[in-house]
Amino acid sequence: DQVLHIVPETFQQVQHLQHLCSTLLLDLWKPLLPEDIWAGEDLHIRVPAPLVQDVKDSLDQHMISYKVLIPDVQELVDQSTPRERSSHRQVPEGYVYTQYHSMEEIYQWMTQIQKSNSELVTQHYLGKTIENRTMYYLKISQPSDRTKKIIWMDCGIHAREWISPAFCQWFVKEILQNYKSDPKISRFLQNLDLYILPVLNIDGYIYSWEKASSENPGTRLKDRLWRKNRSPHMNGTCYGTDLNRNFNSSWGSIGVSYNCSSEIFCGSGPESEPETRAVAQFIERKKSDILCYLTIHSYGQYILTPYGSTTKPPSNSEELMYVAKKAAAALMGKYGTSYEVGPTSLILYKNSGSSRDWAHMIGIPFSYTFELRDKGTHGFVLPHDQIQPTCEETM
Amino acid sequence: DIDDVGHKYHLELVLEDVLDKDSTVNCTAEVLYHLGNKNLPPDVQFTIEGELKNADEADNIFYNQIKSLEKELVAENIPDSHGNVPPEMEPIRLLAWVASGYVIWQNSTENTKFQLAQIKHVKQVKRSDEYLEFDYRILLHEMVSQEIIPWQMTVLWHPQHSVQVTQDSRQPKHASE
Repeated sequence: DQVLHIVPETFQQVQHLQHLCSTLLLDLWKPLLPEDIWAGEDLHIRVPAPLVQDVKDSLDQHMISYKVLIPDVQELVDQSTPRERSSHRQVPEGYVYTQYHSMEEIYQWMTQIQKSNSELVTQHYLGKTIENRTMYYLKISQPSDRTKKIIWMDCGIHAREWISPAFCQWFVKEILQNYKSDPKISRFLQNLDLYILPVLNIDGYIYSWEKASSENPGTRLKDRLWRKNRSPHMNGTCYGTDLNRNFNSSWGSIGVSYNCSSEIFCGSGPESEPETRAVAQFIERKKSDILCYLTIHSYGQYILTPYGSTTKPPSNSEELMYVAKKAAAALMGKYGTSYEVGPTSLILYKNSGSSRDWAHMIGIPFSYTFELRDKGTHGFVLPHDQIQPTCEETM
Repeated sequence: DIDDVGHKYHLELVLEDVLDKDSTVNCTAEVLYHLGNKNLPPDVQFTIEGELKNADEADNIFYNQIKSLEKELVAENIPDSHGNVPPEMEPIRLLAWVASGYVIWQNSTENTKFQLAQIKHVKQVKRSDEYLEFDYRILLHEMVSQEIIPWQMTVLWHPQHSVQVTQDSRQPKHASE
């Protein structure tokens, strides 16, 4: 089959072409309908192989000039069909990383990832949420005889920041797809273990996906912009603690509310929430081996260093800033996206009880909060076509 | 610091056309936050160096599209939960963005940072004159408190006139359902 490009010059030519298309039932690629064929306008027609010569003869007869746009349609189709790539065995076939996924899908994804990459990935129990759901983290570790330092990354501490769990999933996929071929990643894994918690606030995330009850159950979500966890207070009349105000780092001192109805309610006490305890207990146990603590949020485009609770700089603030600035520069190098770098208390607002502050306070030298895209145009409701560029640049 | 009056900020900024990222214009502004009385919106003075790009064509297309509707426009959840905005709703979203800028200005202090988070509901109101009127229920996100604040605003617009917010009111927290 061939695709011909014709620009009819006269009305008679247009008429002849319309006649050809309808009698031979030719496949019009541009325009869509014969009645939209105009003199002076581009015409693209696909001609089935057995008719090619006849059509060309007819065009010659009527002095209609043409160019062959595509000499072999089948060849083009074959080239663009994805082949069975065995190197992608490691990643679940068909898992679309450029779409947002429900918690159920993420649970399935974790199981699948471990199954297809068992030489590198293991899934582990971390704890339970207030609504009794299981929290799992993935450990990516290359077998070796020495103990390696750890980089911990958690996503989805705030339910509405959907781009954050999307990034954790993307990150895992990228590592697994490229660790054999990318020298940077393979060197990384020789010396470091990666611990990834794709969704910290599972109950909150699920709640932000819950459909509105009655009318039009298809698209309406009850509360897409939910932030906190789902712990009940005041006899079930109020829900949710802000998990990122609940850690034991100057808990309850600044940038919080003691009122459950607030989005920044810090809970009834430090580590009052099971989700907080699950993370804190684990990190406390492993802290002597943890080199870097990363927590992923949105939005704002910031790389935030300690502290939020005070403007007093951390002991290694120069080093922290140096690394963060390098990261921001690398990030910008990809798509020009600019990230601001600095301590939360100086460039954003004061807040206590954050996981990042707590990690640094217990001795983890490198502790950062990433606030991913964007700067407010879409805010928490980032369109899924920005998942790929956001993840690529952050990677 | 201006004693007994408030805090004044001098700003130099660059305005970027949402519909054409390469089109920018420099701007200088002075913002005065009043001391004490938290109900007074900040004073804003500004100068634009050069001209804003002409949007007449896009304005007229949108205006005529709405005028030619058989029934008054009604829509919900712009963008939807996955961030999608149907192309025909894009001007409705932009109009809300502009109008919310006014509401944000009127309710800003030195300790707030507002963004339009979502349009929950928009309904066109029939008018006998040439203006278009839309009744919006929006959600504003306030960065410091992290609160999501429902707000109602009535917006008036015509291609040759600037956007007007004729009425706006903060809604109780559960009004967005």
